[in-house]
Amino acid sequence: MKYGIVVIGASLGGLQAVHKVLAGLPGDFPLPLAVAQHRRQEGGDSLLFVLQDSCALSVREGEDKLPIMPGCVYLAPSGYHLLVDGDHFALSTESPVSYAQPSIDVLFESAADTFGRRAIGVVLTGSGRDGAAGLAAIKQRGGVALVESAETALAAEMPDAARAATPGAKSLRIEAIPLCLLELSRK
Amino acid sequence: MPTPVKESRHVHLTATEAIENVELPLLLEAVYQRYGYDFRDYAPASFKRRVHRAMNEEGLDTVSALQDRILHDPACMVRFLDVLSVDFSAFFRDPAFYKTFRDQAVPLLRSAPRLRIWHAGCAAGEEVYSLAIVLHEEGLLERSRIYATDINEKLLALGREAIFPIKHMREYTTSYHQAGGRGEFSEYFTASPERVIMRDFLRQPIVWAAHNLVSDASFNEFDVVLCRNVMIYFNRRLQDRVLQLIYDSLAIGGFLGLGRGESLQCTAFEARYATLLPGQRLYRKTA
Repeated sequence: MKYGIVVIGASLGGLQAVHKVLAGLPGDFPLPLAVAQHRRQEGGDSLLFVLQDSCALSVREGEDKLPIMPGCVYLAPSGYHLLVDGDHFALSTESPVSYAQPSIDVLFESAADTFGRRAIGVVLTGSGRDGAAGLAAIKQRGGVALVESAETALAAEMPDAARAATPGAKSLRIEAIPLCLLELSRK
Repeated sequence: MPTPVKESRHVHLTATEAIENVELPLLLEAVYQRYGYDFRDYAPASFKRRVHRAMNEEGLDTVSALQDRILHDPACMVRFLDVLSVDFSAFFRDPAFYKTFRDQAVPLLRSAPRLRIWHAGCAAGEEVYSLAIVLHEEGLLERSRIYATDINEKLLALGREAIFPIKHMREYTTSYHQAGGRGEFSEYFTASPERVIMRDFLRQPIVWAAHNLVSDASFNEFDVVLCRNVMIYFNRRLQDRVLQLIYDSLAIGGFLGLGRGESLQCTAFEARYATLLPGQRLYRKTA
């Protein structure tokens, strides 16, 4: 397979957006997906349940040293940054990056480090500019950069920042993103 | 059964990365040879981020330049250690953990005449004082001795001084109540406009000491060991070493508390502990 991992970042309005992306993927989607959705420190498990509810893939919280398995969705736990560290995940509690925890940049940059051109990064709706540097890092290594288009993003600031930082990033309406991921996964 | 994705770290490297992959092990070796701090078994992804942060703060462009300065300037090593240990910490962080400790462990600790507690990797001590407050409210603090250890002397000094900025105290008050606090959090410190200082009776039972989980041995037998969000920075080999050290330091029936994102699952020690409450990282040594 040409690609090895999909990393997704979302902030304000992200719950619905991540939900739409995951719900649009079939149960035999062959790549692992890691999601950094900004959330409060003590968010509990509700995000996990909401996302699992309509997703054909198994969704779980990322844990320290958890092996990265194909066809699984890993959610960055609240209060931590989630990092790709070789064939497994790692966690960190270093102070919030870009005022955000879990940080999209931390997840994306670590994915770029391990997977290089085999990483696919997706920046969805949100305010702020977390994810811009991370998406640029993925693109720089030859990976794929996707950004939710302003037409469907509830908050355009974060996708705009990601587009500005990442020449060649592809803008897609939210409903087109799972289709695009599916197509890339078959390459 | 699907297998984990296989990745090498050497896919499509830029020249800078290829050079860094040479420089990083050299830096680790230099720090170890010169200062005795062994970071060679730290988890690579987060360690690399810290090194970049240190380069940024020192105004340096390469890992080699950082290595040069660390080798020749001990003050730079102290700053590097700070960058490595700067972490988010909070009073009653992950309140459910403290609630579980109070509900599940405290009743089983009541019969002990003396309690020895080790908080490994305590940083500036927010969580040490949190535990001291729980023990106080449960009537156990007077017979407790808490050994709070960390690799970073500067953080230990902060914990010993017991002074914390006031700005997050409101959040901490919420966490205190979520953790099952029985009184008012504000009873536990005296406040000035900028900062708070913890009350003396909370400070008195705490011993602050330097201890390096990488290289130092067990130093006592304990009834409770907390090591929360410390091992996430270690690779599996070092995690196994530390888990052995903790196991050797715990009495049978003693309690181990880990961070919410950590677990004993898939470690050699899984079968030697019981989980007290599903989903909570509080374990009891059973064998």
